Amino acid sequence: MSALDDMMRQGRRVVAHRPYPRAIISAEAWQLAGEHLAEGRWTLLGLWGEPKAVSMAVLGEGPGEAAVLTLECVDGRFASIARLHPPAQRLERALRDLFGLEPQGMPDARPWLDHGRWGVNHPLGAATEAQEPKAYPFLPVEGESLHQIPVGPVHAGIIEPGHFRFTANGETVVRLEERLGYVHKGIEGLMRGADIARAGKLAGRTSGDSTVAYAYAFARAVEAALSIEAPRRAQWLRALMAELERLANHFGDIGAICNDASFSLLHAHFGVLRERSLRAAEACFGHRLMRDCIQPGGVAVDFPRDGAATLKAYLQETKQRFPSLVALYDRKASLQDRTVGTGTLRPALARQFGAGGYVGRASGRAFDARKNFPYAPYDSLGLEVPVLEQGDVNARVWIRIREVEQSLVLVGRILDGLPDGPIQADGRILSRRVGRGYGAGRGIPRRHPGLAEARGREGCPLPSARSILVPMAAARGGDRGQHRRRLPALQ
Amino acid sequence: MRRLLLEGLIRSPLTDRPPAVDASAVSELARRLAETSRRRLGRSLSIRQVDAGSCNGCELEINALNNAFYDLERFGLRFVASPRHADVLLVTGPVTKNMREALERTYRATPDPKWVIAAGDCALDGGLFAGSYAIVGGVGAVIPVDLVIRGCPPSPTKLLEGLLALVESMAERPANAPKVV
Repeated sequence: MSALDDMMRQGRRVVAHRPYPRAIISAEAWQLAGEHLAEGRWTLLGLWGEPKAVSMAVLGEGPGEAAVLTLECVDGRFASIARLHPPAQRLERALRDLFGLEPQGMPDARPWLDHGRWGVNHPLGAATEAQEPKAYPFLPVEGESLHQIPVGPVHAGIIEPGHFRFTANGETVVRLEERLGYVHKGIEGLMRGADIARAGKLAGRTSGDSTVAYAYAFARAVEAALSIEAPRRAQWLRALMAELERLANHFGDIGAICNDASFSLLHAHFGVLRERSLRAAEACFGHRLMRDCIQPGGVAVDFPRDGAATLKAYLQETKQRFPSLVALYDRKASLQDRTVGTGTLRPALARQFGAGGYVGRASGRAFDARKNFPYAPYDSLGLEVPVLEQGDVNARVWIRIREVEQSLVLVGRILDGLPDGPIQADGRILSRRVGRGYGAGRGIPRRHPGLAEARGREGCPLPSARSILVPMAAARGGDRGQHRRRLPALQ
Repeated sequence: MRRLLLEGLIRSPLTDRPPAVDASAVSELARRLAETSRRRLGRSLSIRQVDAGSCNGCELEINALNNAFYDLERFGLRFVASPRHADVLLVTGPVTKNMREALERTYRATPDPKWVIAAGDCALDGGLFAGSYAIVGGVGAVIPVDLVIRGCPPSPTKLLEGLLALVESMAERPANAPKVV
């Protein structure tokens, strides 16, 4: 019996929470959960608020062991997890801003998403009118010969906004503090009371580079909540889209890393590979980024008759060009000089923070949602997960290179095994309202769809989870009429 | 590397032909440009991109303008790092309340004459995010907009059409409502 099982048994089990179990636990158990996280037995996948409760999703010790633990906060307070386990810090600051719940003993009580500009405090909790914005207190720095360089939110490049406060001593950066939340759009709030179709579109607009991954995770959460399955053809097409998205992103990233190290030749060549991937996606699914192509219950567009030929030509061209570019990357000492040993994330830190995706896999964390929580069609495609220990920029480039090779193989296998049949389970679910219950693709490293959990009944009539990091969905089955009304809009 | 460079000489270029430019968009934009500013800038424009709250989909496609297929610089258009060096602000996203001041200050930091292009459906009117507690609305709700390029996100070809319309209009005559392409 694992510690997580034990805690779930002692708590009050929430019925029809799918696919991962959820329990309402006591304050003592909440504290104990924090200790398990701090001691590295469990991994924190997510931490989020509701108006009167706080929840965390954790990964237990066993393979594929995940659960949601909820603590009811009757007086609007709960024991801070960040006090024991630093990775919870930003999540607690965010949920405090959004819901007004007070994490007792939180080590950093500064606001995070709330820059004092919304005109409202705690927009998803008991919303109250806000006062004038206050200056944000950056962390103090003391010492001789230190100077600060403020950068952003509008900073060089074609890129998302962020504010970065560099404290430097000559050429050595002694501290980098980030202030983010500039693109906070209130997606979680917008999802409340929206119909499933609109909520799916919102999920797909959480991050444009991972629009397929977010829409994929949301769709799976809705399907879990409603206990339905997408038709097999749709499942395979989703994986096809996800792998095309991964290819385009990896090509873009590898090129951009070379460009940042002033090797623009490779940037240009990888840019060509990326553009070819996007054009292949457009030819097959009608949209370069495949936006809104995945919807709850299935997929919105079918694969055209000539799609296989288009993709096979794309695969052939890419397989021919890619290896010589990789060889060039590997042979250039001036480039290696800037990637080897740079930006090292130690494996211990990657484990503590539960770093997912290629970041975790380049730092020894062998986690891939497609493998650890297998789902169709990945369970039958024979996926290999590359892992490296070095944790530097070079290791992350190599993980991407290996994943490109994997994805090229996967796309080929999907084309060979693509089943026939319908592409949508039940179109009517799209008009249902997001209401009671929620589903969340939690702890999903960006670009790695997969985890989904959902609750069908009972509990608070609000979706949860921090929308800025995580796609989340809410859907419920059963007596529809009662919940079809829209939830009150915030002022 | 030598082989790659050699291949680059032998293989035909990947660059697409420039898209046709909508004549009505050109004349509409031309009316917005004063004769003096046209003379000063010629056909070359420096662009500063500002993400005022987008999901980064628009940024991906704007970045693609620099790849071998679209090759933006052949038209005398280039992206610059500072608004102080820019003639055009290319703004994406629904403007979030957290980005409003930064956008206003970027606009003020851009020397006259200047133009503002709002790129993407969100930049037009807030798109799917309109009505959120965290959103002001479209770009036009914060700074004056000269041209809107629709799309979610607009494809690089669509972006190119919009930018070329702006350049072409420099060869014509000076309007109030933003043009939508």
